[in-house]
Amino acid sequence: MALQSLDIKARSATTTPSPDVRAAGAIPVAKLIDISKCIGCKACQAACMEWNDLRDTIGENVGVYDNPADLSAESWTVMRFSEVEVEQGRLEWLIRKDGCMHCANPGCLKACPSPGAIVQYSNGIVDFHEENCIGCGYCITGCPFNIPRLSKKDNKAYKCTLCSDRVAVGLEPACVKTCPTGAIVFGSKVDMIHHAEGRITDLKERGFQNAGLYDPQGVGGTHVMYVLQHADQPQLYAGLPNDPSISPMVAIWKGITKPLMNFGLGMAVLAGLFHFVTQGPNEAKEEEEEKQ
Amino acid sequence: MTNHWVDIKNADLIIIMGGNAAEAHPCGFKWVTEAKAHRGAKLVVVDPRFNRSAAVSDFYAPIRPGTDIAFLGGVINYLLSNNKIHEEYVKNYTNAPYLVREDFTFEEGLFSGYDADKRKYNRDTWDYALGTDGYVQIDESLQNPRCVFQLMMQHYSRYTPETVSQVCGTPKEAFLKVAEMIGETSRPDKVMTILYALGWTQHSTGSQNIRSMAMIQLLLGNIGRVGGGVNALRGHSNVQGITDMNLVSGVMPGYLRLAADEEQDFQGFLAKRALKPLRPNQMSYWQNFPKFWVSLAKTFYGNAATKENDFAYQWFPKYDKPYDVLQMFERMHNGEMNGFICQGFNPLAAVPCLQKVSAALSKLKYLVVIDPLSTETAEFWRDHGELNEVDASKIQTEVFRLPANCFVEETGSYTNSGRVLQWHWGAANGPGESKGDVEIIAGIFNKLRTMYKQDGGTFPDPILNLTWSYAIPDAPSPEELAQEFSGKALADVVDPKDPTKVLAKAGEQLASFAHLRDDGSTSSGNWLYCGSWSQAGNLMARRDTSDPSGLGFYPSWGFAWPANRRVLYNRANCDVAGKPWDPSRKTIAWNGSKWVGFDVPDMRPDAAPDEDVGPFIMHPDGVGHLFALKGMADGPFPEHYEPFETPLGVNPMHPKNPLVTSNPASRLFAYDKAQLGKADKFPYVATTYRLTEHYHYWTKNVLINSILQPSQFIEMDEELAKEKGIANGDTVKVTSNRGFIRAVAMVTKRLRTLDVDGKKVHTIGIPIHWGFIGVAKKGFLANRLTPFVGDATAHTPEFKAFLVNIEKA
Repeated sequence: MALQSLDIKARSATTTPSPDVRAAGAIPVAKLIDISKCIGCKACQAACMEWNDLRDTIGENVGVYDNPADLSAESWTVMRFSEVEVEQGRLEWLIRKDGCMHCANPGCLKACPSPGAIVQYSNGIVDFHEENCIGCGYCITGCPFNIPRLSKKDNKAYKCTLCSDRVAVGLEPACVKTCPTGAIVFGSKVDMIHHAEGRITDLKERGFQNAGLYDPQGVGGTHVMYVLQHADQPQLYAGLPNDPSISPMVAIWKGITKPLMNFGLGMAVLAGLFHFVTQGPNEAKEEEEEKQ
Repeated sequence: MTNHWVDIKNADLIIIMGGNAAEAHPCGFKWVTEAKAHRGAKLVVVDPRFNRSAAVSDFYAPIRPGTDIAFLGGVINYLLSNNKIHEEYVKNYTNAPYLVREDFTFEEGLFSGYDADKRKYNRDTWDYALGTDGYVQIDESLQNPRCVFQLMMQHYSRYTPETVSQVCGTPKEAFLKVAEMIGETSRPDKVMTILYALGWTQHSTGSQNIRSMAMIQLLLGNIGRVGGGVNALRGHSNVQGITDMNLVSGVMPGYLRLAADEEQDFQGFLAKRALKPLRPNQMSYWQNFPKFWVSLAKTFYGNAATKENDFAYQWFPKYDKPYDVLQMFERMHNGEMNGFICQGFNPLAAVPCLQKVSAALSKLKYLVVIDPLSTETAEFWRDHGELNEVDASKIQTEVFRLPANCFVEETGSYTNSGRVLQWHWGAANGPGESKGDVEIIAGIFNKLRTMYKQDGGTFPDPILNLTWSYAIPDAPSPEELAQEFSGKALADVVDPKDPTKVLAKAGEQLASFAHLRDDGSTSSGNWLYCGSWSQAGNLMARRDTSDPSGLGFYPSWGFAWPANRRVLYNRANCDVAGKPWDPSRKTIAWNGSKWVGFDVPDMRPDAAPDEDVGPFIMHPDGVGHLFALKGMADGPFPEHYEPFETPLGVNPMHPKNPLVTSNPASRLFAYDKAQLGKADKFPYVATTYRLTEHYHYWTKNVLINSILQPSQFIEMDEELAKEKGIANGDTVKVTSNRGFIRAVAMVTKRLRTLDVDGKKVHTIGIPIHWGFIGVAKKGFLANRLTPFVGDATAHTPEFKAFLVNIEKA
C-alpha cells in the first residue's frame, strides 16, 4: 500500500489478489481538459514542474510554441500546438495538453514485467512506482498514447501521476489548481462527463457540430478526458489517436511469450542451483581481495 | 479600466483589440471564459496575428499593424449609417448635440490651427460654441451641421468598408461581420466590453486608438454599464498604482496637473484647473481641484505650507516641456544629463532604439540601478559580443547597483487594472544586502537633505522643508505611507451644511475625498486614494468575498478608487429617469429621493433625474466626449495616420498631403528622423509583443519560464517564407534601419499576407523577451530594431509598427 488512502486495484506482473476490504471503494476520478477553453499558457506545465520537483533542460526553439518540445522524464505534461483549417479559410489553433491518459485498461501496466512498478489505484489513477522499475521500456511499447519516457539519469520510466499524492489527500492535481481559465477540471468521472455535456452543448451552439467528449473505449475509457471541438477528428489535435487500443504485441507478450519466458526464467534458476550444488559458491581469491 | 476584472463576466460581447488578453493576462482572462460559459457571450479578436486569444475566440479578423483608427473609424461609420446607436444615451449622455465653433475645420488630414514648423496644433478652435449665458449651445435634434453628431458623421463618412479593407488589409466581409456584432450591442439590453493593452498605446496614434473605441462605446451606450466600459489591461500588478501616484511627469499624484513655467500665480493655477460647469446643474467635479491640491501640498510640506505662502506653491516644480521617457533619453543623448537613477526599469531593453539608449547612457557621469536582478541596463557598458558590442574602455559612466527587494519580499498596496487597491504582505526577507525600494530612496533623500543642510545649495527650500515624520526616517513603513496617501484631518473637519456636525476630528484618518478642504485643514497624498485607510482601518486589506449584487462587485474586498466605486460613470447604467437599462444588471437606481444600489453612486446622491445632472461628472459639461475638445494633441476626432515607418509611403486617406502621412503632431527629434527606414529597403511590417511564458525581461532569469520558452524566435507568414526560401526553424536575420537581430524563424499560418491598397503586406512578429542576461538562451534585445518616436499626446513609443527586412542568416 503505497498510499494509505488509496487501494491498489491492479499491480504489474503480480498474481496475488488486490485488497478488497474497504466497503465503499474509491469513486473513479477524472481530469477533464476542455480544449476549447485552453489558451496554451503552460501554467499547467509550470505547476507540474513545481509540484513534482522537476526541471527539464533549457532547450531551443525549433519553430513551434511547444516547449519543451516533447514529453520527457522531467516533463510529464507538454502543450501541443496545431494550426489547422477544418473549414476552408477558418484557421484554428488547437492547443492540447498532452500527458498520461490514465486508461481504465492500462497498456503500460499490462506490459510491465516488473512486479509493482506500475499500479492502478481503485480511483482509476495509473501510477509508476519507479523504485520497482527495471528500465525495460515495455510500458512505452504498451502505451497507445506514447507517454512514458525513460530517464537517461536513472534508466527508469516516468510519466504523469495525476498527482496521486494530492488526490489521495483530497486535493485536485496541481495542473487543475493552477489552470487560469478553468480549461482543466477534476472530479468524479461521472461529474466530469456531465460537465463535458454542458460544454459540448455550448460548442455546438457556437457552430462546432462535431464537438464531443474523448473517452476512448478501446482502452476501456480514460481517467483523463478531452472536450474536443472536432471529436470526429481527434488526430487534428497533434495526432491524438482516433481509436486507441493496446498494441497486439502486449497481448502476445502476455498471452504466449510470458509463460515461455517464465519457463525460461525457471530453467535459469534451476541451472543456477545445479551449478551451486555441483561447483559450490564462487569464492574470491585472497590476492584479488587485497588488490581491491 | 472604467470597470473591473470580474465585471468582464457580465458582458455579452467581448472585443480584444490592441491587446492579447489570453497571452498577456491569462489569469484575468478567466472572466472572458466565464462570460462565454455562463452568459453565452461572444469573443471577437482583431489583431495582426492569430494569437492565443484568437485561439478561443468566436471570430477573428486580421489587421495591418498601425491601422486601428481606420478600422474603428469604419465601425463608427457603420454604426452611424445603419442607425446602430443607443439613441437615448447618445442624446443625453454625450456631447453629440453640442455645437462646435464655426472656425473649427478639418481639411486634407489636418485640423484647424496646425503649425507645420513646430509640428503642433494651436487648439483654440477645438471648442464649443458658447451662448451669451456662458453655456454651450446645443441642438437636441442633432440636425445642426455644427453639432458634434453631424461633424462626426461627416468626418467618418470617408471610412467606408471598402476604405477600411484597403487601409487595414482586413477582408471586407470580416470587417463587416465584426461591425455587425458590435452594432448589436447598441440595444439597451446588450453590452459590449473592450479589452486592450499596449497593442493600442504603443503607436504614434496610441491615445487616439483608445479614443476611437471610447467613442464607439459612447455611441453604443456601453460606458458606465455593467459588463461594458473601456478597459485597459495594465501590464504589471501595480502599474495602475504607479500611474495613480504620478508616474507621468506632467502630473502629481491623483492626476493633478502640474504647473507650467508660465503659471507662477497660485490662484491662476487653481482657477485654470477648477473647471466651471459648461451646462446648467453640472457637477464639474474638477471644481474641487483646490481641495485636492492643497491637501497634497499639506502632505508634502505640513506646517511649512501655509495660506500665506500659497501652500508652498513655489516649492513645486513647474515644467517647461513634458519629461516623458523619449524626452529624457533625447536629453541624455545630447549630453544634457549627468546622472540617472534607474529604479525597477531596464531602459536598454525597454526604450526604443537601443543604439541611441546605449550611446546616451555612455554620456552619463553616473548611473544608479535599483533592481533585484542584474539587468542589461546595469551591464550596458560590458561587451557581450554581437549581442552588445561596446568598448568598455571608452565608457566613463560609473554604475552603482543597489540591490532591491523583489515584490514578494515587500509589504504594501497594489492597485490592479480595475482600480482595486489590495494590501499584500511580504512573504520572505530579501537576500543578502538587498533593501526595500522605500528604504533605498529614503536613505538617498536623507543623505541629500543633510548635505543641503550642511553645505547649502541652490534653492534648498523644497528639500529642507519636506515633511518626513516617519518613525524611522531611513525606513518609512508601508503603513505610514499608506495612511499618508489616504489622508487625515489636521483640524476638525465640519459639515459645510451643518457646522455643528464634525465629520472628522483633528488627527483622524479621513473617510472620503469629499472631506478634503482647501484651507489647509486636511492632508491627503492622493485624493483618489482618500478613504483607503480610514478610521475603520486599512480597507485595502479587506478580504470579504460577499457579493450582494451577484455581479461580482465584491464591495468589501480591498478598496477601489475613487470612493470604493467599482464601475465608473455608473449613473449611465440607468436611463434618464434613473431606472437601469437592463434590470438584470442593476447597480444603482434612483429610489425617488436618492441614488442607491450595489455600487457607490457616481453622482451626487440627491441629484434627482429631472435635474439633468450628467453622468460624466469630471467633465464640465457632464457628458461623454465624442468630440474631445482640446484634450488631445492631435485632434478632437481620431484620424488615421500611417505609422512613422509605413509600408505604403503615403497615407491612403490623404495621398496628396505628405504632411499627414504620419501623425503630424507627433514629436520627432532630428537624430531619430534620420534613423527612420523606408519600404524600398525595409519592405516588411514588424510588430513586437509579449508571450505568456515570460514577463518582460525578468523571467529570463527564472528557470521554469526559461524551460517553457527557452530561446528567441520571430514569426512570419508562409508565403513570405516561401518567397525568401526560409523553412520553419531556420535562423534568420531581421534588420531595420537601426540594427538587426538574429533568431529562429517560426513559419506560421497565424500570420497572413494582407492585401493593402493593392499591395501585399507581410508582417513579421517579434517577441521581446530575450537579452544578454539571465538563464534563458541568450538573445538580442528586440529594441535594436524599434524607432524612437511616440504618440502625440502620451509620447508612448511606437513599438507596434515599423519596417524591417528579413533574410536567412
